[in-house]
Amino acid sequence: MSFKIIVLAKQVPDTRNVGKDAMKADGTVNRAALPAIYNPEDLNALEFALRVKDKVKDAEVIILTMGPFRAAEIIRESLYRGADKGFLLTDRKFAGSDTLATSYAISLAIKKLAPFHLVVAGRQAIDGDTAQVGPQTAEKLGIPQITYAEELVDVNEKEITIKRRLERGVETVKASFPIAVTVHGSAADCRPRNAKLLMKFKHAKTLTELQNETKDYTHLYNDRPYLNIDEWTVDDINADVDALGLSGSPTKVKTIQNVVFQSKDSKALGTSNDEINDLMKELLDSHIIG
Amino acid sequence: MNNIFVYCEITEEGHVADVSLELLTKGRSLADELKIKLEAVVIGAKLNGIEKEIFPFGVDFIHTADDGKFFPFTTGSHARLLIKLFKEQKPEIVLFGASSIGRDIAPRIASALKCGLTADCTSLIIGDHEDKKLKKVYKNLLYQIRPAFGGNIIATIINPETRPQIATVREGVMKKEIKTENYKGKLVAIDLNNVFEDLDFAVQIIDRHIEKQKINIKNSQIIVSGGYGVGSIENFKLLFDLAELLGGEVGASRAAVDAGYAPHERQIGQTGVTVRPKLYIACGISGAVQHSAGMDESSKIISINTDPHAPINNIADYTINGSVDVVIPKMIKYYKENSK
Repeated sequence: MSFKIIVLAKQVPDTRNVGKDAMKADGTVNRAALPAIYNPEDLNALEFALRVKDKVKDAEVIILTMGPFRAAEIIRESLYRGADKGFLLTDRKFAGSDTLATSYAISLAIKKLAPFHLVVAGRQAIDGDTAQVGPQTAEKLGIPQITYAEELVDVNEKEITIKRRLERGVETVKASFPIAVTVHGSAADCRPRNAKLLMKFKHAKTLTELQNETKDYTHLYNDRPYLNIDEWTVDDINADVDALGLSGSPTKVKTIQNVVFQSKDSKALGTSNDEINDLMKELLDSHIIG
Repeated sequence: MNNIFVYCEITEEGHVADVSLELLTKGRSLADELKIKLEAVVIGAKLNGIEKEIFPFGVDFIHTADDGKFFPFTTGSHARLLIKLFKEQKPEIVLFGASSIGRDIAPRIASALKCGLTADCTSLIIGDHEDKKLKKVYKNLLYQIRPAFGGNIIATIINPETRPQIATVREGVMKKEIKTENYKGKLVAIDLNNVFEDLDFAVQIIDRHIEKQKINIKNSQIIVSGGYGVGSIENFKLLFDLAELLGGEVGASRAAVDAGYAPHERQIGQTGVTVRPKLYIACGISGAVQHSAGMDESSKIISINTDPHAPINNIADYTINGSVDVVIPKMIKYYKENSK
């Protein structure tokens, strides 16, 4: 039996790339100005998984992501960097899921991929910064977790040793499989795309993407099954629809207040107490600091 | 029953962590408003006398689990105990510190209890909610207010139907205030019989030690950056003070690095790193294009400079015409007095 590593990755709007045009004049988020990217810590997670794969015999790295059709982009990106296969959980019924509903869906997909040894995810995604889906999924799978992994110290078919990054120090822990690991941004950066893998997986596509092609390439994909990125819907994972989306999400957003960025006109201030205090007050009130 | 529970973290030195005491203070005022009781949970080793640190915050019940195997913290054992306790006690609200422990364990608890969790709240308020679709009014919900979307929005989250309402809060966000030195509460030991499974102790700690994290300016949302105009290593220390206070990092221009004010790994610009924080405070930086190329996409830029015509002022949202050693202490003073 092969050693199965499942990496949870998410495509996110690049909230770090917030330029001055990220907010519209009316104070709403200008999503068009935010490109969709591979969640940064999930790339650390992918590297972590690939390092395990490098050390363990017969290991395979499977990418699992949940999102709209275009999230297949990050599966391709993962294949270029060394992942073996990808699954995209995509269904309108997933929309509006909070972290609890998301972890429910992901845990069902992982169970469908069972037996597995290791589930690896980034610590948190930059659009929500909650760091919840990893541990919540581990709980639903009934497996232990190791959060904030910074370094893969050692691994073999039986057990894994990991250095964790904590607030005030580091901790080295050891556990057997199966286990869930969340990876901290201070862990090793992901290796770049591999030219051979890029050639091999350039045309890896989901069924939805194939159907959008103008020509029918189906026969080519039948010859090269590794180019198929599987799409899974709610039915494929036998999920209870009531436990998904808005109805399956205990948290509701009551209100949203946009942090409105002021125009580029610069304000010139002196060094009087009042001027400095007013500036600090403005920064605090607009939640830029504090 | 249906009270507010605060999970109290135990520090290396065997005391209750500050973040937990801050949450007890907040928990007390929420409990008063809701006319319910405040309860604390302490899981650790050698907890003898720990209640003396906790009761003065107005705690009515302390649940303790005291055993060598509970310290240092491991997720499995603590989570198992908390899930059992909360299933029995059915709390209204549960608060955790948004620390490496709290953010590790709270999601597991929420997942097991199938209830809502809001991370890194900056404010917790009691309020009502009307669901217009369901024509239903929910009284006395916990408004969990937090920044989201990379800090670009502030969201108010509620859990209308599920209990407990769980939230984590970062250290320093809430005030820490003793209610009454001799507040009288009850100490209860959690029943540890037949609770655990082998799996709860599956993760074994081999080594722990203090080790500083590598400098990470690229991912910092707030950067206080200094140039040659800062003038001295002493003045540069002010930048570190401000950055630490705001939860940010210190950056530097090439001139400051060359002058020995800051190490190269803090250099921002063409030959350093490129940053896009929410707030960039440029101190004594003239703003040569080599530098501004590495930071001009920052959301908000404040320039502190004695030269009103410094090029960086052209891309700054605010320019303060003055010197660093005058302005930064004033910023620090205001922030300390008004941030909570």
